[in-house]
Amino acid sequence: MKREIIINKFVIKFANVNGTGSASANKLFSKAIFRMGIPISPKNIFPSNIQGLPTWYEVRVNENGYLGRRGGIDIMVGINPQSMERDIGELEQGGYFIYDSTKPLSEDLMRHDIDVIGIPFTQHCREMYDDERKRQLFRNVMYVGSLAALLDMDMEVIKELIREQFRGKEKLIEPNFEALQKGYDIAKALPNCPIAYRVEKRDKVKDKILMDGNEACGLGAVYGGASVSAWYPITPSTSVIDNFNKYCRKFRTDPETGKKNYAIVQAEDELAAIGMVIGAAWNGARSFTATSGPGISLMNEFLGLAYFAEIPTVLVNVQRSGPSTGMPTRTQQSDILTCAYASHGDTKQVCLYPSTPKECFEHTAQAFDLAERLQTPIMILSDLDLGMNDTMSEPLKWDDSKEYDRGKVLTEEDLENMDERFGRYLDVDGDGIGYRTYPGTHPTKGSFFTRGTSKDEYAIYTESGEKYVENMQRLLHKWRTASELVPQPKIRKTDKPCTVGVIYYGTSEASTLEALTHLYRLHRVSLDSLGIKAFPFSDQIGQFIEEHDYVFVVEQNRDAQMRSLLINEYDLDPERLVPVLHYDGSPITARYIRHEIRDWILQTSTLPQRHRY
Amino acid sequence: MSYKIPTFRHPNLPKNDLGFTSKDYEGAVSTLCAGCGHDSISAAIIEACFEMSIPPHRVAKLSGIGCSSKTPTYFLGNSHGFNSVHGRMPSVATGANMANRDLLYIGVSGDGDTASIGMGQFIHAVRRNVNMVYICENNGVYGLTKGQDSATTDMGSISKKGEPNPLEPIDLCAISLQLGASFVANSFSGDKKQLIPIIKAAILHQGFAFINVISPCVTFNNVPGSTKGYDYIRQHMASTNTVDFVPPADEITTEYDPGTSEQVTMHDGSVINLHKIDDELDIHVRRSALKRIKDYKMEDKVLTGVLFIDEESKEVHETMNTTDVPLRSLTEKELCPGAASLEDINNLHR
Repeated sequence: MKREIIINKFVIKFANVNGTGSASANKLFSKAIFRMGIPISPKNIFPSNIQGLPTWYEVRVNENGYLGRRGGIDIMVGINPQSMERDIGELEQGGYFIYDSTKPLSEDLMRHDIDVIGIPFTQHCREMYDDERKRQLFRNVMYVGSLAALLDMDMEVIKELIREQFRGKEKLIEPNFEALQKGYDIAKALPNCPIAYRVEKRDKVKDKILMDGNEACGLGAVYGGASVSAWYPITPSTSVIDNFNKYCRKFRTDPETGKKNYAIVQAEDELAAIGMVIGAAWNGARSFTATSGPGISLMNEFLGLAYFAEIPTVLVNVQRSGPSTGMPTRTQQSDILTCAYASHGDTKQVCLYPSTPKECFEHTAQAFDLAERLQTPIMILSDLDLGMNDTMSEPLKWDDSKEYDRGKVLTEEDLENMDERFGRYLDVDGDGIGYRTYPGTHPTKGSFFTRGTSKDEYAIYTESGEKYVENMQRLLHKWRTASELVPQPKIRKTDKPCTVGVIYYGTSEASTLEALTHLYRLHRVSLDSLGIKAFPFSDQIGQFIEEHDYVFVVEQNRDAQMRSLLINEYDLDPERLVPVLHYDGSPITARYIRHEIRDWILQTSTLPQRHRY
Repeated sequence: MSYKIPTFRHPNLPKNDLGFTSKDYEGAVSTLCAGCGHDSISAAIIEACFEMSIPPHRVAKLSGIGCSSKTPTYFLGNSHGFNSVHGRMPSVATGANMANRDLLYIGVSGDGDTASIGMGQFIHAVRRNVNMVYICENNGVYGLTKGQDSATTDMGSISKKGEPNPLEPIDLCAISLQLGASFVANSFSGDKKQLIPIIKAAILHQGFAFINVISPCVTFNNVPGSTKGYDYIRQHMASTNTVDFVPPADEITTEYDPGTSEQVTMHDGSVINLHKIDDELDIHVRRSALKRIKDYKMEDKVLTGVLFIDEESKEVHETMNTTDVPLRSLTEKELCPGAASLEDINNLHR
């Protein structure tokens, strides 16, 4: 039977054992496709373990530039016997199962609606190498070679990547080439090579980059001028600090003295980490921490202090599946409420929701300006999917003429010329934001006492209910100021008037926008969309909801947390917001969103009742 | 509620080298109970800073939560203060110190704030050798929550509630020594003569200077049977040494008999003279201090004085190799690598 050839549009998944060096081979494969000018979105699905458990790497290849997960697998590369039953079951009809046939597939696993291609990689490696570690490592390179033949890829691109990888260790290049070529030759000799899925060179990548969100956040902190960082290791946020460290070492080490223009403290726990950040920020340094859900829980008390005492604090939360330890290596958007209202008492915390590496970079850099301008914690809510997976993105940009906004800080000279009494929490400008002084500024003026207890405008302790209310109202006023300074929503309107909308945020963006394209293409359903970029919500978000009869809210948690936040903040009728929820720990797929919205629209004969107040 | 101290002062109050009087180092009037040991410690801090001519605004005072942690309001009113959250002062002080290595950091804590809720942070601040003075105002009782035993209450000690404490206490000096603290002293709030020079020495020390000050709680733990009450401490206190302090510019004029005195030169050239009372303690040997603490305890005595000092220790900025200027003073020029470097980074990701 002659099969239709599908070029540059497929999903391939690798099933490996963790700790066997497969990650770099898989990355080599996906990077080669990227270099051939075709957009890719790789996703690592890994266990909370160092060695010996199943791990997967899923790559969507799509020349149209759809970067969300599509749903379904076309090609499975089965290298792990432990997970083979599950892996083979996951394939779409007509898919390919390419596996290590050193031990042939048992009959009862065989599916007849797919093509099975067995290549005895392990056996070949046993013959070629004596050393056990070499057998394991080169087997990975070998299957990349085979895939190059089966998908009809450009071997020269892969070789160039190997050359780049081993720059400085040239001795390793040739053995890698050898394993690669061996894999290529074995597959090339197979009767069904190349298969129906092919990779052809395109020019669809342009100047885009492939970077993970954590590296972009780490870079954002370098460019945003963070000089103090304190943290406690936690998956999936650790590489934010690793990258901050890497780029600081490169750019912030004094070439003459070798001394560091930065300080990174690995704290004893998350409580101490955020305490150090607050101490440093209080003392005038831009400082930040990175953490994930359990760390956020621990940091809650201090976040309340930073809110109430008004200390600029930057925190990157790379969310993972909760509650509790949850699924620590799986993604979710499930800290929305706990961050928005972090800490006891009445609090509202500024949160930013980046969707791409470029936004991770920009939001993190901007967070320091916002924190110092607003004198309050700023939380960047990334997640494991964005933070730890290479994601195609617009290149990062910086404007050299940009100066940091250090907010309202009085200098020694300001204080010297000041006749009136300094009041730390006086709303002099009517925007709810007072003037700060750094410790050590002036011998007799401008000192004040920072405290988590109630205080008056002059930072003097008070238990007066009236003063307390005044202060809390001023904090609300500052909150309104914040809503105009934070990143504004991204609104896309269809060309026709439209009664239904979709709201998404963070990593639900790519899959949602793709789903909308297909909904129109397949079902002629067009929907307006809005991407939330920050809390406090800008007026535009309320307006968008107001303009539509009902609005889907796409998110990756069980309890529709953003929907709750919208309902709570706008006092909305809950029926107007329809939840689209995905929370099994894998990134949400375009297919899932499309089906959910399609089914809802088709099932809903009458529109939800719209209550007016 | 704190209120302002009357501004009237005797016109001929002595001035220090900076032209400040001791008034310039005072804070708001204390709201603690009359007779509280903590107020004596505040007075000692004021006295030490005044005599050392420390510019008040070059001090940052930090605390956690509790009676002791309220005290930074009551001294150094021209310094910035930070009353943080319970048991977490060490982390805030560490962060503050990271931002600006040029200020003097005085942390004030209590036995609940240090030995219970704050033990983790205390230990790690010691371990990092953060350059700060850490004073634990230790009264062996939770005052602000009205009289519960703390982790430093001695076994068998009977508080106002009348129940003998059944648990072994945590000895903060011993623990600091074991953790590698570079300066450890024990003192008593009622012994101003000993406490003030100890605070001065701690201020001069580069690194984490820990002073445990037994500070009786007159309301909840100053009863017969308590081991942290005035009567008990006065009867059981033993000094290992007395200290006086010679600023760098001054000449050392007094001669001491060899063997009875030891001079320790601090990093800025000033000298502390230790008048030895206990010959067996070698303040440069950690083990010796630990042994003597135990020996005295066996005799039902509380050893006070400077117990250990390592004047060569490296404080946290030295181990981290941070730049000499305060990190907070860096600008875009030093902090931001610029657009061209970013484009290079982009290229590495293509």
